[in-house]
Amino acid sequence: MEKLLETKNNLPVRISDIPVVPYSKFFEVITFLLRSQDFHILTYLAYPTSEGLKFICAIADDQNKSISIISHLIPAGSPLKVYSMMPKYDVFHSFEREIHEKYGVEFADNHFLKPIRFSHDMKIQGMDKITDYPFYKIETDELHEIGVGPIHAGIIEPGHFRFLCNGEKVLHLEVQLGWQHRGIETLFLEKKKLIQRATLAEQIAGDSAVGHALAYSQAIESLAGLKIREKLNYERVIALEIERIGMHIFDLSNLCTGAAYQLGNAALGVLRTPTINFLQTWCGNRFAKGLIRPGGTNYPFTRDLQEKLLSYLDDLEERYTVIADKMLNLSDIILRFQQIGTLTRKQVYMIGAVGTTAKMAGLKRDTRWSHPFAGYHEIHHDPVVFDTGDIYARIQVRHYEILQSIKYLRRITEIMNYQNSVPAPIKDEEIRLAKNCMTISVTEGWRGEIVHSAITDDEGNISYYKIKDPSQHNWWALALSLRNLEISDFPINNKSYNLSYCGHDL
Amino acid sequence: MLKEIKILRKHGKQFIPDVTKPVLPFTFKGRPVISLKRVDEQALVSCCPTDAISVESGIQIDMGKCTFCGECMFRFPDKIKFVNDYKTATNKREDLIIQVGEDKPLKIDQSLIRKEIKSLFGRSLRLREISAGGDNSSELELNATVNPNFDMMRFGIDWVASPRHADGIVITGPISKNMAEATQICYDAVPDPKLLILVGTDAISGGIFAGSPALDRSFLDGKHIDLFVPGNPVHPLTFINGILTLTRKIKSQ
Repeated sequence: MEKLLETKNNLPVRISDIPVVPYSKFFEVITFLLRSQDFHILTYLAYPTSEGLKFICAIADDQNKSISIISHLIPAGSPLKVYSMMPKYDVFHSFEREIHEKYGVEFADNHFLKPIRFSHDMKIQGMDKITDYPFYKIETDELHEIGVGPIHAGIIEPGHFRFLCNGEKVLHLEVQLGWQHRGIETLFLEKKKLIQRATLAEQIAGDSAVGHALAYSQAIESLAGLKIREKLNYERVIALEIERIGMHIFDLSNLCTGAAYQLGNAALGVLRTPTINFLQTWCGNRFAKGLIRPGGTNYPFTRDLQEKLLSYLDDLEERYTVIADKMLNLSDIILRFQQIGTLTRKQVYMIGAVGTTAKMAGLKRDTRWSHPFAGYHEIHHDPVVFDTGDIYARIQVRHYEILQSIKYLRRITEIMNYQNSVPAPIKDEEIRLAKNCMTISVTEGWRGEIVHSAITDDEGNISYYKIKDPSQHNWWALALSLRNLEISDFPINNKSYNLSYCGHDL
Repeated sequence: MLKEIKILRKHGKQFIPDVTKPVLPFTFKGRPVISLKRVDEQALVSCCPTDAISVESGIQIDMGKCTFCGECMFRFPDKIKFVNDYKTATNKREDLIIQVGEDKPLKIDQSLIRKEIKSLFGRSLRLREISAGGDNSSELELNATVNPNFDMMRFGIDWVASPRHADGIVITGPISKNMAEATQICYDAVPDPKLLILVGTDAISGGIFAGSPALDRSFLDGKHIDLFVPGNPVHPLTFINGILTLTRKIKSQ
């Protein structure tokens, strides 16, 4: 067995230390590791070097709390063609599409090599516009297609759903994304100031501003060798957990709407307001944009804020538990959500699902537990896992995570030392990034793991930056959920995942 | 049944009785105020991530480009501060540019409002939202305008699904190339006369994405914009106060 380079979350490695192996070995090692459900792919990327196109794959070992890295090189001038890993594990499907779109690499046996987001620098010939997308088709008079989007009925982001139906029954759903593509990864390299990149990170997915800004900040801190003070790490946990509570409550409220349960929608809807208003009191922004910065923060968490947080938590817990208890035991809700949109553990494992989408089907994927960052070392997080895999399980995961977050927030305010100071964010001129290194920064947003990978050149500038939002994999869970369901079950399934369009499209 | 009553009682009255009155926390970054103090202007201009700060007759900040990150305020606390004024919507693009020494609320110029807007949309207004590269924060805030707290529907203003039922288009996001055609089709489907409203820094100027090769903002060329609502994301109160002033109800914000 080839030796892999072992590292940890936010521990940079030298590029020259990453073993470069022939593709057959690359394929063999990765597919061997993935046989165990303790392993999953964090990121699989390709980037151009002077020697050729380099492929890097990072595999997380959840039990061992480590990350293994291996690479492969297609020398310059050689044909950009390798065989696909998708026939073995579906998780590679979106990664290979991404690399195909960016560099024109052909993956033999990947029969789904379509543009993933119609990026501005796409290398696929013969398709000019996003509307040229080749949907999967079955030629017969008995089936019909339904196209929805890009613009949807509500105030949500754009995406296109193409249903292949037999009467009311959905045989196949294809999700076509890319409408939101803003060229973030290109801008990440063009805009070199820390504040510009932090602003970009917060805009990747505005509903996960804390998660993405934290992943970015930790990537910079690890490359710059900055030690982060304990208090700042706790503050970051507070921000991330409040973001989680706010969005989980929003999802539960939306699901009540989906089941025409008006009281649940209204009561949960108003509970989100004090949650994000707390962030506004803290940092002036209801989505905590501006709060997380590399090296420090402009908004230290004070004693005064602690009191406000605790009284908010008491009020939230009191009001939330009553409505949640009512909702979870309501026969209308149970009948509508149980055994609908069911996925098995094997399915979510094969598509590489992360976060709530994995946890609802019995797969323990939570980087707060498996690759702790910021203040999570002190929390000893135990992920909420349900194994029924239906919409009701997705509701339960959210419900218990809200209660868990309330508990964690109280604990953090207890162990935090308010005497300690927190530094201001680091300035551009104060840091130097390690040269020729790669770092992988993982955080657990409310949707699941957010992975930012940064590679530096021999002058210490970031030469490649890769962002992976949890939705990149989880969208395929929605597509699988819909199979053999009635098309009228689509809205509640979509709401039960609440995936990010802009996070996927970048 | 008793449980339902208990839930309702626990929540009490949630709506904001007068949407023109709430005071947001002092940390809220609504409108910049630039003092006359002398600072290193070059350093101040270059600390902004989106080139929203420039020097004309003095330092000025363009709220249409500002992402409200507060970087300038933290680096030059004596020069720049942000006040918690949320009534910042306006119908003149140049009014979003705040001059040095200026500290007055933004106005909606009544003389610029087309006559038919008040007469047709004064009592009932239906809007269609298009997210064209938006990051889902302004979209969530627009959703919040009709939640039980802000309850914009009490003024006869609501969101609709079909552009055929709409009196105007609200755009969030910098308008990605991939969404350009859909945005145009949706706009064309709204019957005349119609409103066009840009919500959030991304929509107004492109924000941090300005100049990205993945955008196509040509849709906006030559179009009359009825309302600019700055913010990152826009606060629901900013939107509601702006739209109420534009269509009737309140004389000035």
